[in-house]
Amino acid sequence: MALAKRIIPCLDVDNGRVVKGVQFVDIRDAGDPVEVARRYDEEGADEITFLDITASSDDRETIVNVVENVANEVFIPLTVGGGIRTVDDVRRMLNAGADKVAINTAAVFNPEFVREASDKVGSQCIVVAIDAKKVSAEGEPLRWEIFTHGGRKPTGLDAIEWAVKMVDYGAGEILLTSMDRDGTKIGFDLPLTRAISDAVSVPVIASGGVGTLDHLADGVIEGHADAVLAASIFHFAEYTIHEAKQHMADRGIEMRL
Amino acid sequence: MSSVIAVVDYGMGNLRSVSKALEHVTAENQRVVITSDAREIENAERVVFPGQGAVRGCMQHLQDIQLEAVVMKAAHEKPFLGICMGMQVLMSRSEENQGVDCMGLYAGVVRAFANDKSADEKLKSQMQDLKIPHMGWNKVSQKRSHPLWQDIKDDSRFYFVHSYYVDPEDEGLVAGTTEYGIDFVSVIARDNVFAAQFHPEKSAHDGLQLLKNFCRWNGQT
Repeated sequence: MALAKRIIPCLDVDNGRVVKGVQFVDIRDAGDPVEVARRYDEEGADEITFLDITASSDDRETIVNVVENVANEVFIPLTVGGGIRTVDDVRRMLNAGADKVAINTAAVFNPEFVREASDKVGSQCIVVAIDAKKVSAEGEPLRWEIFTHGGRKPTGLDAIEWAVKMVDYGAGEILLTSMDRDGTKIGFDLPLTRAISDAVSVPVIASGGVGTLDHLADGVIEGHADAVLAASIFHFAEYTIHEAKQHMADRGIEMRL
Repeated sequence: MSSVIAVVDYGMGNLRSVSKALEHVTAENQRVVITSDAREIENAERVVFPGQGAVRGCMQHLQDIQLEAVVMKAAHEKPFLGICMGMQVLMSRSEENQGVDCMGLYAGVVRAFANDKSADEKLKSQMQDLKIPHMGWNKVSQKRSHPLWQDIKDDSRFYFVHSYYVDPEDEGLVAGTTEYGIDFVSVIARDNVFAAQFHPEKSAHDGLQLLKNFCRWNGQT
């Protein structure tokens, strides 16, 4: 297979700055989005994802400006997520220069929104972000549920069924985050990643828990992910994207080097 | 007097990336214009024809704003770069949306990855495991030399996102192929036309190089 697996650095953006929270608290400043994006592009990032974590929705202009500024200078695919609730939101982000938008909470509350958005702009622009948490007890068959509000609110939706449904509704890609692992640096939830990836026909991006380069490779080899997303290991220069890609290639994964 | 590179706007997708990437590589005297104005396209020195989304909407929009003939004319006359859906609609017909007639500049069909009718059973089972859309960085094997390949190594990777691919009748059109379950035609070229399934505007250094080559191409091969 000649198609390369992708590494996607994720930039959490709050009020126009890149930040990274550990399990949604203890936010540390990590820089100017354009500078960070340009550095990642130079290091060989395959795509860049921005998550707008600005709590107030009245500050939407800020993320639009961030996307515009980055898109003017960085010529790789850009995804934007966070607070995307209407087709208008989708269009604004695409017009600002995003190639894809990630829809999360709004999909849970109104699945038809995913269908509407993908009908209007095409499935290739619509990523459905899924935040899943393990709910099965020790010894029970594995089961994961969809959570909203940063992992605080359960929805009762089975993660695998939900992923299949979202693809049916027009999701062109799934961004899968394990809420149990997010920010922990102990690796992806591999059984979850594999279960979702094998269940859907579209690419799956694994997210949540990367602490080492082997975690990235494991996500592809054992989790069957098509792409891996990570934030903090790149922001704080623990590893460069290039080192990560080389490491994955050394483990036999097809990469763009 | 600057020479214009017209990016054809027919309401299909975001053209900002294409124009920003072109602006990044234009020569001193060149100007990039996103336009749906027939006269502006006719007067342009070169034309970029992008497009994304579904084929029926693409053809419909193109016809609604009466640009089909203008685009066809440009494809016969001046350096012309088709991108993604802008490549697919150059063919006679697409299998997408239950079958749609396209512009017919070249004889051939746009096929879906999943239900390739020419595929044998073994190939079909191979294709079953593939994720659709074909999304990400894949290699383009250069099938012949072309001015737009200048300073781009054979088998360089470009960014793709699509579920359909062109299958031209005339093999002479093929300028690049890519493997995704099958070997499919990822680049066609003839005379003043070069068209790619991938997105040069999203393909980092090599993509920008290709756009730069296009900005300097005289339309001869």
